[in-house]
Amino acid sequence: MSIARVNRLSPYMFMAPAVVIMAIALIYPLGYMIWGSFRDWAPSQTIGEAEFVGLKNYITLWNDPNFHESLTVTLKFAFFVVSIEMVIGVGLALLLDRDIRGMSMLRTMLILPMMIAPVVVGLMWRYMYHPTVGTFNRTLDSLGLPRVDWLGDHALMSVIIADIWQWTPFIFILSLAALQSLPRSALEAARIDGATAWQQIIYIKLPLMMPVLIVTCLLRLIDAFKVLEVILVLTEGGPGLSTEILALRISRTATEFRELGVAAAMSNYLLLLLMLLTVGMFAFTRWQEARAARIRALAEEDS
Amino acid sequence: MPIIRLDSLVKRYGEVQVLHGIELEMADNEFTVLVGPSGCGKSTTLRMIAGLEDVSDGEIYIGDKPVSHLEPKDRDLAMVFQDYALYPHMNVAQNISFALRLQKRPKSEIDTKVRDVADLVGLTDFLARKPGALSGGQRQRVAMARALAKDSGIFLFDEPLSNLDAKLRGQMRAELAMMSQRVEKNMIYVTHDQIEAMTLADRIVVMHGGYIQQQGTPEELFKRPANRFVAGFLGSPPMNFLTARIQEENGQIFVAGQGFRLRLDGAKAQLAGKAKAGEVILGIRPSDLRFDAEASAETSLSLNVLVSEYIGAQSVLLCECGGTNVMVELNSETPVALGQTLNFTVNPNGIHLFDQQSEEALS
Repeated sequence: MSIARVNRLSPYMFMAPAVVIMAIALIYPLGYMIWGSFRDWAPSQTIGEAEFVGLKNYITLWNDPNFHESLTVTLKFAFFVVSIEMVIGVGLALLLDRDIRGMSMLRTMLILPMMIAPVVVGLMWRYMYHPTVGTFNRTLDSLGLPRVDWLGDHALMSVIIADIWQWTPFIFILSLAALQSLPRSALEAARIDGATAWQQIIYIKLPLMMPVLIVTCLLRLIDAFKVLEVILVLTEGGPGLSTEILALRISRTATEFRELGVAAAMSNYLLLLLMLLTVGMFAFTRWQEARAARIRALAEEDS
Repeated sequence: MPIIRLDSLVKRYGEVQVLHGIELEMADNEFTVLVGPSGCGKSTTLRMIAGLEDVSDGEIYIGDKPVSHLEPKDRDLAMVFQDYALYPHMNVAQNISFALRLQKRPKSEIDTKVRDVADLVGLTDFLARKPGALSGGQRQRVAMARALAKDSGIFLFDEPLSNLDAKLRGQMRAELAMMSQRVEKNMIYVTHDQIEAMTLADRIVVMHGGYIQQQGTPEELFKRPANRFVAGFLGSPPMNFLTARIQEENGQIFVAGQGFRLRLDGAKAQLAGKAKAGEVILGIRPSDLRFDAEASAETSLSLNVLVSEYIGAQSVLLCECGGTNVMVELNSETPVALGQTLNFTVNPNGIHLFDQQSEEALS
């Protein structure tokens, strides 16, 4: 083998171990799942024994009202948590982007929820939501207000609140970082141009933060579609199907209903949805880079 | 246009006081340049006038109105920043019209205004471009156009040319000078570059260490600097300073130091009498020394030429006189050779005397 050839191949040789691990830990299970989703497959069977049923699992799901319900719950959950978290997170960042005493302490405290394990968050909120001894209802009692059936009638709202509590800090720190990297003098110029605090936010700060906000929003959306632990601990999907998000339904289909093929098909639907979001995110960053390159090229052209 | 008056203006950052009671009055239609080395408080003063920094003590008056409690937008001023401070997400036309759009002016009026100022600064072909797609000089023009479009009475410049390369800086300086004659506004301009100060200003305010050292027309400051700092700061190459004593002999007054003894005549001789204990600093600008082999010792300095810097029509000689460096500016055609000791006559009007303790000019 010539030296040039070895040189050309060496990057691939260095990458090989990583590729092998990826293949074993990601591609293989993924392929297994896709293969399994075309079969009527019980946990007691090996995949070879399972009967091949073509697209039957996908079609069944497509027509299954429970799956629709679960998909709707997931979409609702993702929409509400992400939009509310964006508003609160960005709002907090805008409020706390200033130098006053104790601000760094406050910022550190605000990001604490993000550092707590989701299972612990679930347990904590389950205790606080408890109908008789929970913090919320006892507070309502002492104020003389009627109790709220947090994890019953308002289960979806309650899990949304818990998720907002945990994940708003994520948006908050990313927005704050974006805010603090804005050009100071452009904001000063806006003040001199006559912009009120509110107009500075609308016309200068938010547009300049937008690239970061869009990526943050997509990251949170991807996460929100996969959420499991907090809801599992808080409600186990109930009451009824009211909080049964897709991840939870997939796990129950596989373990309780013992239908591995259907669970695999459902996973693939979720995967497709997430892939769309991810591709959207990449497309957005690519578009931005292309635009920046075009603008730079224009500047060089006539200088 | 309103008169701007600073009344004992003080700025403190915590314990540190950076401005010590600045008193300044800027007349109608005047181009005032605040100049000084970095850290002298010139930018802070400007930013306090703009309302971007709080006033710790004292007051700023625009017209007769105290304004230090007002927001920048309520002070009727426009500002050009050192790094241009353009809005990167808006195109040139949107940048220029931002203030007008905030004021909710009618669209037709905004369009006319944008076209007018773009024409004035030569940006008509670039109105649709984003700042990222402009060169440094073009961005500078956008910043200028944006300030012009606002139609305010006061125009503030914070080192607007310092991010440009030398050639472009010279060109923009000339354009600025032309623009300042065309538009009738009160302009306050901050720079550390004494050439910008000299060429642009109706009035120069030299600042150092948070104090105003001297203010006046460029000519006043150049010809009659109030102290050693101002004398050394304005003028390029800078003034030469020599430690000296006043001596009297046969009714004639001399200023003498290591390697020189100059006779003082008339008014200068009278000034010399005011020096405390006869100890002075003698200041002579490089351009006030002229090569003259025949000159008498009483009217000339005898200098040992160390280095010659050729800069075209003129050359700057770095010389030595009794252990002190002295610079001489002279015509490049003058035949001088390195290593020689030569006589240079001193222009009698170019002799400046400063008190050695206070460094104030004798007057």
